[in-house]
Amino acid sequence: MSGKAYIREMPKTTWWLSHSRYRRYVAREVTCIPIGIYTAVLIWGLMRLSQGALAWEGFLGALNSPLSILFHLVAFVFAIVHTISWFNVTPSAMRVQIGEDFAPGAVIIGVHYAGWVVVSLIVLFMAGV
Amino acid sequence: MSERQVEVEILRYDPETDQAPKLQSYSVPCQEEWVVLDAITYIKDHIDTTVSFRWSCHMAVCGSCGMMVNGEPALSCKSFLRDYPDKIRIEPLAHFPIVRDLVVQLDDFMEKLNRVKPYIIPKEKKSVSDGQHKQSPAQLKAFNQYTLCINCTLCYAACPQYGLVPDFIGPAAMALAHRYNLDSRDGGRDQRQEVVATDEGVWECSFVGACSDVCPKQVDPAGAIQQMKIASTVDWYKEHLMPWSKP
Repeated sequence: MSGKAYIREMPKTTWWLSHSRYRRYVAREVTCIPIGIYTAVLIWGLMRLSQGALAWEGFLGALNSPLSILFHLVAFVFAIVHTISWFNVTPSAMRVQIGEDFAPGAVIIGVHYAGWVVVSLIVLFMAGV
Repeated sequence: MSERQVEVEILRYDPETDQAPKLQSYSVPCQEEWVVLDAITYIKDHIDTTVSFRWSCHMAVCGSCGMMVNGEPALSCKSFLRDYPDKIRIEPLAHFPIVRDLVVQLDDFMEKLNRVKPYIIPKEKKSVSDGQHKQSPAQLKAFNQYTLCINCTLCYAACPQYGLVPDFIGPAAMALAHRYNLDSRDGGRDQRQEVVATDEGVWECSFVGACSDVCPKQVDPAGAIQQMKIASTVDWYKEHLMPWSKP
């Protein structure tokens, strides 16, 4: 071969804008950010709880602010999107072979939803709802 | 048979004269049943004999004619023109160096494929007199899907991770590693894990899933990689929490 092969550089920061598939992927990944912040809020709440009743009441008061309610709504929607998008890809990541057949994807996804419901019920029960 | 004029843009690159690739446009009279490869062949035969491209079987078996068609990695022999507008853009597969026009350099893929040892490494030595390696239909089914890979490398062109981190072993090579790991006759998983269960291997994959979307054989390399991630994680826990379980 004569001459030099040409290498096309991929734009390091804007590559994901080039295709709807990549944009959907980045959207899925971004949904974890509010979930991460929500987790940090929970840990902060635990810390306030350990500091006594007054600190805990202050934390609960902060949760009631409009900004906090807005954040929790956004985090809730993102958590739903995040969960559904990951549940939808579980059949290819978790193949379950039974004899010569594989469990249908809908069953694998369904088991995840069932697990989600069970865990949610346990949490609600523990919370006294 | 209806005929339609299609404007075909091809990304041209001559390594002897060009500093960078450039688009060249051709007006091609296309038949209803033509695929993209037919249009390129028409250009080569009737308009411009200098256009370079790879193809062989014309029936989605050999894996030679992969190209970017309107920005999407596709086998040009399997892409019917009737599914495209009157103007299409054809470029060489993304993420690979361009040798000339639509021909890309696949050395990197071949080297990575070789590294994952895509062949049966027998569990134990067996002589001919010991008889054949028997395999049940269920054992065959466990890996059969991953044998369908035709090494067309569309998955590499679709994978942004491979484009960003060229050291990534990539989808097809890892799907084939998985294929042999799942084979009941094989005993080479430990050797493949040295390549697969690394930062350049499964852990470089962020599960974009583009490889599986574009795979013309429904191999689902993304699924294979996630399954190997799970198996590698189980290995780690077994090694650290249950050291006695190691044979």
